[in-house]
Amino acid sequence: MQENEIQEALFKIVKVYLPQDVKESAIQLESHLMQDLGINSAHLVDVVLDVEDAFDITLDEKDMEAMKTVSNAIEIVTAKTAS
Amino acid sequence: MNTDNNRRRVVITGMGVVAPNAIGVSAFAKALQEQTSGIRFDPQLADLNFGCQVSGTPQITEELLADNFTPLQLRGLKASGLVYGVIAGKEAFKDAGLEIASPEKALSEMGIIFGTGQSGGEKFREAIHLIDDKKVRRLGSTSVIQTMTSGISAWLAGELGCGNIVTSNSSACCTGTEAFLMGYERIAAGKATQMLVGSTSDSGPYIWGGFDAMRILPTKYNQDPENASRPLSEDAAGFVPGSGAGAFILEHLGSAQKRGAKIYAEVLGGAVNSGGHRADGSMTAPNGQAVQDCIHLAMKDAGVTATEIDAINGHLTATSKDAFEIKNWSTAFKLKGAEFPFINTFKSCIGHCLAAAGSIELVGAVLQLKEQKIYGNSNITSIHPEIMDVIDKKSFPLSSKYVDLNILAKASFGFGDVNACVLLKKYSS
Repeated sequence: MQENEIQEALFKIVKVYLPQDVKESAIQLESHLMQDLGINSAHLVDVVLDVEDAFDITLDEKDMEAMKTVSNAIEIVTAKTAS
Repeated sequence: MNTDNNRRRVVITGMGVVAPNAIGVSAFAKALQEQTSGIRFDPQLADLNFGCQVSGTPQITEELLADNFTPLQLRGLKASGLVYGVIAGKEAFKDAGLEIASPEKALSEMGIIFGTGQSGGEKFREAIHLIDDKKVRRLGSTSVIQTMTSGISAWLAGELGCGNIVTSNSSACCTGTEAFLMGYERIAAGKATQMLVGSTSDSGPYIWGGFDAMRILPTKYNQDPENASRPLSEDAAGFVPGSGAGAFILEHLGSAQKRGAKIYAEVLGGAVNSGGHRADGSMTAPNGQAVQDCIHLAMKDAGVTATEIDAINGHLTATSKDAFEIKNWSTAFKLKGAEFPFINTFKSCIGHCLAAAGSIELVGAVLQLKEQKIYGNSNITSIHPEIMDVIDKKSFPLSSKYVDLNILAKASFGFGDVNACVLLKKYSS
């Protein structure tokens, strides 16, 4: 899968969890999921499940901790889907 | 009036309802007036080989869901009781003309007591399968809110910003009536200004199965659903399982007047008690003396006498206990024959909505006071002879009609030998 495809898929996943006062345009590569996009910690659990389903991968505890920004997520997914 | 002079007066300023035969207060008023049945054939119960294959299930549309929930909230939302409770609770709040709390500060004078029997049976089933498959991490974040009993009160507190007590009570069929009284008492005691009270109950086989197993649901009306629920009738054959939610904004009279709020009725008081499974009481049968005591306690609390009560909205589920309930009212009131007030039940049209029964039926009872009407009892072929021995047939209107109603009693009697009775009065400023 190309990096831009991964990025597009991740943006689509994250979009669903944005609080009502955060616009879709706020999602950037370096956006911090919690601090910049206001996604609460409970919903991060759901983001992780959606990412697993979208890419047919399994994310462990370490991956979840490392997934702080959108670009972190792209790196993790790229590594997992390449192997 | 209330016997305790220090008690503050409490009125109803908002209502909401999700019922098997209508959604929304005005549609529900019309459905009760026209005695519209909400009992339908239930294909899921049929597929699962239930003896009873009819139910009273509210007809929730995609549009209604979109009006009440964000797309994110709807993801994985399987707790039907939570859906009903949120819709009814938000309708009551809006109906009362109240404003949602600002983002920074909760409404410290407004609390919630919103009960349920259990929450999200369907969601719990999904969770159990995932857990047993060793996939607990796949539950996601919404399993807790959908399956905890207080999920409904917590959800509404967040949507509206309620900062007073936020809790969920549970007392089987008494849940809604009990929540109503608990909210009343809190305002009367000066501990809150407004209370959102009510109850909700899930739909589906996972909540109704136990009753089917106990063989207390009707099995002969699977092809004739509208006739399945037959309270008061000689051929009553068990209660039809139902579901939904009812909700109220109770408010201190002074606050309601100051806001210029619409007032549906005044709450005079009431009582809850239990028969403790003693005498003729058991887990499933009411202790008759305790039922009568509950009615007496409610009248004493409200400061009214039996002859002042114009109408009763009974529990009357369409089992063999209907006649016993009538005898208990008659004994408690010391009124027989033609002296006995009007009595009706909405269960012929909506079934027995279990934990939601008290609150949904209270919405109907309040509408009767507001509109000065008594809604008709449906599906009575002939009144049970043991009932006819006690009171006159004029007490059971078969069709809806205008009557003068000043004081109305509403009672719920529940599984576990628990009782609740509320007294309401027409409000005139």
